[in-house]
Amino acid sequence: MKRAVNLLLPLIGIALALVVWAGASTLVPDLPSPVKTWQESKLYILKPLEKRGEMDQGIALLAYYSLMRVARGFLLGIAMATPLGFLLGMSKTATRIFDPIMQVLRPISPLAWLPLGLILFQKSEPAALFAIAVCSMWPTVINTMAGVRAIPQDYWNVAKVLRLSRFTTFAKIVVPATLPYMFTGFRLSLGIAWLVIVASEMLTGTPGVGGFLWQEYNSLIYAHILLAILTIGVVGFVLDRLMGMAEARLRAI
Amino acid sequence: MALIEVSGICKSFGSGADRRDVLIDASLSIERGEFVSIVGMMGCGKSTFLKIAGGLVSPDRGRVEVNGVQVRGVQPNAAIVFQNYSLLPWFSALENVRLAVGAAFPDWNKDRQREQAARHLEAVGLGKALQRRPSQLSGGMRQRVAIARAFATEPEILFLDEPFGALDALTRESLQQELARLSSAAERPVTTLMITNSVEEALLLSDRIVPMTKGAHPLGHPVRVELRRPRTAGELMHDDHAAHVRAHVVSSLTRDLKPSTKRQVA
Repeated sequence: MKRAVNLLLPLIGIALALVVWAGASTLVPDLPSPVKTWQESKLYILKPLEKRGEMDQGIALLAYYSLMRVARGFLLGIAMATPLGFLLGMSKTATRIFDPIMQVLRPISPLAWLPLGLILFQKSEPAALFAIAVCSMWPTVINTMAGVRAIPQDYWNVAKVLRLSRFTTFAKIVVPATLPYMFTGFRLSLGIAWLVIVASEMLTGTPGVGGFLWQEYNSLIYAHILLAILTIGVVGFVLDRLMGMAEARLRAI
Repeated sequence: MALIEVSGICKSFGSGADRRDVLIDASLSIERGEFVSIVGMMGCGKSTFLKIAGGLVSPDRGRVEVNGVQVRGVQPNAAIVFQNYSLLPWFSALENVRLAVGAAFPDWNKDRQREQAARHLEAVGLGKALQRRPSQLSGGMRQRVAIARAFATEPEILFLDEPFGALDALTRESLQQELARLSSAAERPVTTLMITNSVEEALLLSDRIVPMTKGAHPLGHPVRVELRRPRTAGELMHDDHAAHVRAHVVSSLTRDLKPSTKRQVA
């Protein structure tokens, strides 16, 4: 009984959203209804891996391109963010040096970074990676820093009493103690990376969910915009859940 | 010459109006191989004194000498056991101890380090729990791991910061006996400084008991415990000498509590 309710309640939410969507589509002539969206999109969903043209591809392929781009940008971002987070967590001087820059860089939108990336790298692909990395790194920096600062005095005492070397202290105490915080940072960073990918693909016109969305808007195929939006949402949700599961496993220690 | 000579230690925390003087001119000397306990009530600064003697905290004034040489930081031949065990939760019992062995004997190979760690865990009755994480061990077992970790580094000096304070009475007693046994079984005499708030615990384990109170010169006259080892709690209950020591320590601890002006304020 309880399981049935647990299953039913989210379905009610989805049904309500569909009703609102259908209602809005009767008011706004250009907005396709749920049924029309399905009819015009089913080719992309039912043949998700078919490649018909540069942008005209199955939705799974488009999502795959975007995910690969996100993966590279995200890895680049956390590769910069994690060491920076450890540095800031362990050194007050470093914090005082970098904090003002960080506070200024953090609120900058991906749309602002992208043109700079294009100037720096001349090509759209590295510019997109640059924008993803620079935008998504901050939660990892901040969480890693907070994690290092939250290490209990007990653990530092252990390091002192055992006279552990700096390297051993870092590898055996600082990193394991910070790991759960780091993963919270990774999860938030990945969420941002996924937000940025759409914007950067729209601006650079590269194949992927965001590029597809922008092209279909320009081709006046509005149903596909909705298809792209839903895809972005579902993929983002799945990513967050996967990272959340990894995080929960670490916290269980 | 005393092995450990702590002299004229002053330490305060905070500044301005929040400044608290925790230690004012505290001194103590410990002979080689001696087991000395400092007994005092909560908040008398005994834990801070131990951390300074052990090199975890640096004093504002005063010095700590070992073998006549002033030391700063934790001495290479010392081990410290904390009240809250301070085990690393992401390592097994064996790995916790091996980490200490590895740091104390870096030129031993991994197998020898593991063997040393396992042997000391077996000595405290944890031979079957080597692979368990601290979260899978009871409080008493965790403190056993911490004690094994201390002895596995073969220390000359052992600092014990209320090592049994977080344990229930029965566990506490069996661990006290275990500690006494380990101390006497070590290959070379271990010089030990223990902090406790239990006079009985001090009686059970120490050669000398030093009462500690608040204020200037907080460490009182040491009392020598002239009793055969091993001692048991039962013997101590009926022993005249133990009763004498107990009375002396308790009276030095409560002397400062008498002024009636304080009670009126309360």
